[in-house]
Amino acid sequence: MFNLFLLQLLNGAQFGVLLFLVAAGLTLVFGIMDFINLAHGVLYMVGGYVMAMMMGTTGNFWLSLALVLPVTLAVGLVLELLVFRRLYDRSHLDQVLATFGLVLVLSELVRILWGSAPLSVAMPEILSGSVPLAGPMRYPVYRLAVIGVGLGVALSLWFVIARTRVGMLLRAGAANRSMVSALGTDINRLFMLVFAAGAMLAGFAGAIVSPILSVDPGMGDSILILTFVVIVIGGVGSVKGAFCAALLVGIVDTLGRMFGPILLKSLMDPAAAAQAGRTIAPMLVYILMAAVLFWRPAGLFGRAVAR
Amino acid sequence: MTDLTQTLARPRARLAGRLKLALCLFAVLAVVPPLAHAAGEPFLIVVATRMMVFAIAALSLDLILGYGAMVSFGHAAYLGLGAYAVAILSRAGIDDLVLQLLAAMAASALFAAVTGAISLRTRGVYFIMITLAFGQMAFFFFVSFSTLGGDDGVALPARSTVLGLPLLEGAQGMFYATLALLVAVFAGLYRLTLSRFGRVLTGTRESALRMQAIGFRPFPYQLTAYVIAGCLCSVAGVLLANQAIYVSPAYMSWHRSGEMIVMLVLGGVGSLTGAMAGALVTIALEEGLARFSDHWRLGFGLVLVAVALFSPGGLSGLLRRLGLVRDAT
Repeated sequence: MFNLFLLQLLNGAQFGVLLFLVAAGLTLVFGIMDFINLAHGVLYMVGGYVMAMMMGTTGNFWLSLALVLPVTLAVGLVLELLVFRRLYDRSHLDQVLATFGLVLVLSELVRILWGSAPLSVAMPEILSGSVPLAGPMRYPVYRLAVIGVGLGVALSLWFVIARTRVGMLLRAGAANRSMVSALGTDINRLFMLVFAAGAMLAGFAGAIVSPILSVDPGMGDSILILTFVVIVIGGVGSVKGAFCAALLVGIVDTLGRMFGPILLKSLMDPAAAAQAGRTIAPMLVYILMAAVLFWRPAGLFGRAVAR
Repeated sequence: MTDLTQTLARPRARLAGRLKLALCLFAVLAVVPPLAHAAGEPFLIVVATRMMVFAIAALSLDLILGYGAMVSFGHAAYLGLGAYAVAILSRAGIDDLVLQLLAAMAASALFAAVTGAISLRTRGVYFIMITLAFGQMAFFFFVSFSTLGGDDGVALPARSTVLGLPLLEGAQGMFYATLALLVAVFAGLYRLTLSRFGRVLTGTRESALRMQAIGFRPFPYQLTAYVIAGCLCSVAGVLLANQAIYVSPAYMSWHRSGEMIVMLVLGGVGSLTGAMAGALVTIALEEGLARFSDHWRLGFGLVLVAVALFSPGGLSGLLRRLGLVRDAT
């Protein structure tokens, strides 16, 4: 039982780290620009597909991963230049309309280019083994590597935001956009940078998850909504909040699906417990989010905003 | 002085103009079935029925989004609640439309009252996201509800009856029943938005602080509007289930909620006629493009992006800029 718990805890952390990679860029876009971007999940999907395509042509995992970064960065820059830039001053509704349209366009383009069938990506040789966990259980090295990489990215993001000049401007921009602009910083260039970096992180997440999950046109949708949950629980605009909330959501979701039915079984008869467990488990993270917003309407690390 | 009288008279004239437009729309819709039969395209009746169902849904969302400035991203939940009310009741042997409507509205009112009271504690982006979360909760509840087909949904044995009569069986009966409910919902919301309640709601949209200053607490008004909108949207859900003779959790996915917002923004937010027009145009675009190509979503998405970038205010904004309609906000 303890082994199973540890195993699921690691799975939860791995999922949480992934959510963080996608959420980090989006929470800054939300927080600094007050911009609703439904198309962020699509960038995650594009990362997965570019990875699958590069693996198909080069066959080299590391080379493909290295190529995903500039490609998704470029996609982010193009989208920012063509669409998002014109929408920063508009209402949330116009932003929802445009980015919802982009989701449709990009998902359909992916279907046209690669078809609807899921693609799979081979794991690199060096990470394909498993290491012994407590007792007879083993844990795949690749998943551990994902956790490690995610923590590394989180650390470097923390360093950039807390210790560098760009990070200082970011924090200032999140607090008061017009003041930063008035003090002589080109806020549009800052936006573009944040947006492109966020796109690259999301694409990177899509690429590193592709050997674990398959790459399919629906992958962006499913992660997008959970990313919103993460951002809102953590507090819009807070990368630290996104990190804590991502791990929380990842672990609650994974453990809930595994142990929810087991816990319920001790309370009611097995058949009812199985049904109730199946029903409640996928709702758990949304219940968590509603509860957090009930007690802290601006999220765990959010500033109280008067909008 | 004349300026003042003109300013005072204008809203009334504007409203009358919009009402005329809506009445024209209803008149055109009423002759769709005979025309479709004459043209040998009875399929158009089914399409028009779907359009009207979504027009009801869009109208209900417009009350909170357009008049109350509450951007709900979980409105499709009520579509699903209405549809599942039909599925559950017909399984229990109750297939009367009136009873199903009442049950759907009661369930939706309860869900809206609870989730609305919690959601209204938040503002802006947080409100959008918490309504999305409640919508997803409802979605996953029915996805894992295996006795009702779970993810695959469930086919209904037959359409509902009205006071024991199988009025909805044919495409025409379904069409006119939907039209009647659409007109009723429109009339109700038209009265409501002009009433004292509607004025307070609109005032809260413009400035909650000023409304508080003149002695209105926004919360009860906003929550009431939220509950009414949920109830009315469940009517669309009941009709959707009957039209398709099939119910599935896909009705309440976040894509549907997004699509409803798209309808409103396309038609012009805060105008009942605009909401209906937006729903009609959206479904027409989807159906039309789907006939043209399997990859219709590409074209539809491009249209949405283009409207957002180049035509603020949606259709009403476009008409106004072309000078076809004066002041059609």
